[in-house]
Amino acid sequence: MVSPKQDIRIGFYVCHCGHNIASMVDCPAVAEYVGQLPGVVLSRDYKYMCSDPGQELIQKDIAEFDLNRVVVASCSPLLHEHTFRNAVAAGGLNPFLFHMVNIREHDSWVHTDRQEATAKAKGLARAAIVRVAHAKSLPVKKVPIHPDVLVVGGGIAGIHAALTLANAGKKVFLVEREPSIGGHMARFDKTFPTLDCAACILTPKMSEVGAHPNITLWSYSDVVKMDGYVGNYTVTVRRQPRYINEELCTGCQECIGNCIYKEPKFPDEFNEGLGKRKPVYISFPQATPQVVLIDPEVCLNFRHGVLTDKCKKTCVEACGDRKAIDFTQKVETREIKVGTIIVATGFKPFDVKRIPQYGYGSYPNVYTALEVERLVNASGPTSGDVILRDGRHPQAIAIIHCVGSRDKKTNRWCSRVCCMYSMKLAHLLKEHTGAEIYNFYIDIRAPGKGYEEFYDKLNEEGVHFIRGRVGEVTDWAMTPEEEGKLVIRVEDTLAGFVRRIPVDMVVLATGLEPQADSQDVRRLFNMSCGTEGFFLERHPKLAPVNTFTDGIFIAGCCQGPRDIPDTVAQAGAAAAEAMVLIDKGYIEQEPNTAYIQPDCSGCKSCIPLCPYTAIAFDATTQKAVINEALCKGCGTCVAACPSGSIGQNLFEDDEIFSEIDGLLTN
Amino acid sequence: MSELTSLPKADWTPRIVAFFCNWCTYTAADLAGVSRLKYAPNVRVIRLMCSGRVDPQFVLDALRRGADGVLIGGCHPGDCHYVEGNYKMLRRFQLLHRMLRDMGVAEQRVRLEWISAAEGERVKFVINEMTAQIKALGPLNLPQKFENWDREVIELARHVRQQEEISGVTMPTPAEKEAVHV
Amino acid sequence: MSKPKVAFYWCASCGGCEETVVDLAEDILGVVEKVDIVLWPVAMDFKYKDVEAMADGSITATLLNGAIRSSEQEEMAVLLRRKSQYLIAYGSCAHLGGIPALANQFEREEILRFNYEDAPSVINEAKTRPQLVTEIDGHRPHLPELRHVVRSLDQVVDVDFYIPGCPPTPNLTKAAFNALLSGQLPPKGSVLAPDTALCDECPRKATKPVDVAFSEFKRPHQKLLEPEQCFLAQGVVCMGPATRSGCAAQCTCGNMPCTGCFGPTSRVRDQGAKILSSLCANIGAKTEAEINTVLQGIPDPVGTFYRYGMAKSLLRRRVDLTTT
Repeated sequence: MVSPKQDIRIGFYVCHCGHNIASMVDCPAVAEYVGQLPGVVLSRDYKYMCSDPGQELIQKDIAEFDLNRVVVASCSPLLHEHTFRNAVAAGGLNPFLFHMVNIREHDSWVHTDRQEATAKAKGLARAAIVRVAHAKSLPVKKVPIHPDVLVVGGGIAGIHAALTLANAGKKVFLVEREPSIGGHMARFDKTFPTLDCAACILTPKMSEVGAHPNITLWSYSDVVKMDGYVGNYTVTVRRQPRYINEELCTGCQECIGNCIYKEPKFPDEFNEGLGKRKPVYISFPQATPQVVLIDPEVCLNFRHGVLTDKCKKTCVEACGDRKAIDFTQKVETREIKVGTIIVATGFKPFDVKRIPQYGYGSYPNVYTALEVERLVNASGPTSGDVILRDGRHPQAIAIIHCVGSRDKKTNRWCSRVCCMYSMKLAHLLKEHTGAEIYNFYIDIRAPGKGYEEFYDKLNEEGVHFIRGRVGEVTDWAMTPEEEGKLVIRVEDTLAGFVRRIPVDMVVLATGLEPQADSQDVRRLFNMSCGTEGFFLERHPKLAPVNTFTDGIFIAGCCQGPRDIPDTVAQAGAAAAEAMVLIDKGYIEQEPNTAYIQPDCSGCKSCIPLCPYTAIAFDATTQKAVINEALCKGCGTCVAACPSGSIGQNLFEDDEIFSEIDGLLTN
Repeated sequence: MSELTSLPKADWTPRIVAFFCNWCTYTAADLAGVSRLKYAPNVRVIRLMCSGRVDPQFVLDALRRGADGVLIGGCHPGDCHYVEGNYKMLRRFQLLHRMLRDMGVAEQRVRLEWISAAEGERVKFVINEMTAQIKALGPLNLPQKFENWDREVIELARHVRQQEEISGVTMPTPAEKEAVHV
Repeated sequence: MSKPKVAFYWCASCGGCEETVVDLAEDILGVVEKVDIVLWPVAMDFKYKDVEAMADGSITATLLNGAIRSSEQEEMAVLLRRKSQYLIAYGSCAHLGGIPALANQFEREEILRFNYEDAPSVINEAKTRPQLVTEIDGHRPHLPELRHVVRSLDQVVDVDFYIPGCPPTPNLTKAAFNALLSGQLPPKGSVLAPDTALCDECPRKATKPVDVAFSEFKRPHQKLLEPEQCFLAQGVVCMGPATRSGCAAQCTCGNMPCTGCFGPTSRVRDQGAKILSSLCANIGAKTEAEINTVLQGIPDPVGTFYRYGMAKSLLRRRVDLTTT
């Protein structure tokens, strides 16, 4: 172990990062400057420090020049600290005798004056040189990982991730908020561009989830609490009462047939309210689990959700000996231990009422895309017959693209899937109704395998494409042909004039938004959100399914709008990332834990500050004591110790004071 | 209270030390970089795991070593990676800010900002705004101030030495460096 | 062999430190037996010239109390430094600046004006001020100059050891003498007191709850103080957790909170910043407005947290003050 008192021999490396750094920072000048600082034995500039030759250079130099400290000035430590620590370790030094200087993200990329940027790089490097002298050898802390995985959200992303893991032999908890898994995909009719039926490709996977011995499926449930750290998370799941015992229900649905309500009377969520259901219901025929549930808001045996026991309970009679109906069920909470978590909580369609000029809610024949998915679906509320709300069959249909996308007034982002699903719906509607179909688009975005070809196919089918953002949908007829129709007012930007196009049906291609409670979910799992509210990946290119919290991964539309193929690929990637951790068997933890020094006075000021209850008062020694396994290294207690008696590995007071000193000494 | 500052030298430009938490503000500064936003080169960032680790001593030490300003960045309330570290910083900051004001440090020189990992633009805005504000205030330059204050002691040391020279008795005097022990 | 020579000197101080030497009571006799006191202005008559005449390094140890705030004090500090093998900063003022260093919040002119003109008890219509040089009947008496900055001893001369306290306790003083006489001295620069905070020896320690979650702060005169409960548990600011022990918790035993006279531990650079950090972090409130309401109970943080330590605090002095 190298103590700071020993002769300090620092090797310094400044990376050009191609032109990324070198174009704004004079790297050789930085190397020359640092080379003259006390303790620096060797100072080099190199084109790509993170490359293999760059790392080998460090290893070679450690041996040749007997280095006992290494500083690399390159990109953000969040990106490559790990890389260089490994290189330092491979060179035979303790990996924590290393410090990294961020002169790319915090310097060359954000400044415009080469002289100033170079001066800043020198200052940052000097601070690191002064600081690294205080660095201590630290043991790499290994913590075993719990092999079970929690998948949150049972859409196609969650389903695919859960199955991938389960098929690899991992135990998976799949938690879904709705009564059935399937998510948005289960409601789609066909999928673009191949037009295979969504249910046909999804339901086998759903059944597999339901039957898989390695998957514990908790639908109608949500996660309310998460504690712990990578490898050792404790998660509390709240299970809503279905008023049906899941173990006993066989899915025979006799209870539904025998409900006191002879006819379905209540808006059916699965069909976007286009159909009706009874108080006891199953979301859709292929629902998984195949277990009914009772809606206490409308069931006669309840009043406003409170059990009154006043109904004749014909359902209970029908259930008979199975005795699956249990009106006394309460909310249950379950606590589970997992090592990794995949968050796949999906998206929310844009609320079209935010654009009143498109008439949704005012004109009955204006539909959202998701409603149309149900309308054209053979098992939908109309069995696939496209009947408008006023009972007519449409002769002309408008599909308005980019509703709640690419719009400064609503959402600025492109929702990526709307062009394709609009064209899919155009094809399906034409097939079902033979109507004239008009697509109103800004740009057609069809960048995927077979997507452009699908667009060509639609052009050949005679679907109209009109380039222009629709101004309004109105029923104000200006000509006899427009009487009784909905008129689309749009500037045709290719033709160069404003057009009025009368139609019978309007489909709004709604964009994708973060879930309404995404901020709560983000906090729950210690994640970050981008500006638009989708969960933030650790790196947009290199770590697209990782988050800033180790062991928490994201997949699907909760990270941003994407189509099914991309979602499935991402879910697989998230499952693979989880398996990387699980199969390794242990986690290497950052040894940045706090510790109590012998001269602690036992004032207890630190104890309540720890959110992880890692600090306790030892009655024997009359001093505080930190449980290293619980400490997560925030350093709050260190800053608050009034007698300076708490240290923190990697962030010692001396290290930070010397960094301050180094930054400010000229 | 206004600060009495000497007129800045022509080439003076503020030096601001920043303490950014690893999870939110440091990441936001990385994002600003990845997004190639451009901002003033006056801020030097020290990365800490949490704003809760910011010891008020760090702020005072930075000032006395020559920083013209100190910027602390943490996660928004409710978003702390360590549950509540940022609240602990907020509480300290409220009194530290008042105390610094009592010690004659202009309020704008020490700033606490909540910047989430997604707010690269906010990093740019805060750094530019703070740099401009401190430019307007002028240098704080405490090392120079300490030197000025201690000139009265150096003069004594010099005086004592002169007396000795006159009396012809040479005696070891405390080195000037020791005499101005700071 | 002659007895070791010891000097006592006072600079900007109240005399309390001298009192401690007297408080050694019978033990002073033991000290006097073993050493020769060669300078002790409070008790014996010596002249500046007597000290000047001593050989350099001929005094084994000088215990100097009081802060340094006048030219004369500086001169004496420099002189005694040269004459002594060990120069010991004795008491809070020499150690940290002490109460006099609270003057580092004001311009010299403000201080002089208040004391010679504006103070309620002063009648001075001619606005007479002390002059450095005055002509009286052909004589030219000199007065020392009041410095702009109040300093601890080590900000003026090199110091070997520190004995903390306002005043230091007889026990610490005795222990220091014993160490000196036996030659068993710690490394240069040490504070001759334990390096653990006061709570360690405070009899109220056991009554401190684990979670204080301050909802208000009170000053001692605003509250009927519980005789046995931890002051922090009562919402009364106590500097104990941020202050060196070694005083046998005399204040808290006397039902007053610690005000910090022993200064910080060796691991702390700024006592005030540290107690601020600790107290504030433990406030219960979460919104700015609520936090500030709680903090109204600390109306003068500088005076509270740097009561003895202003000169040695990281900022030393109000930064917008001048020296001209």
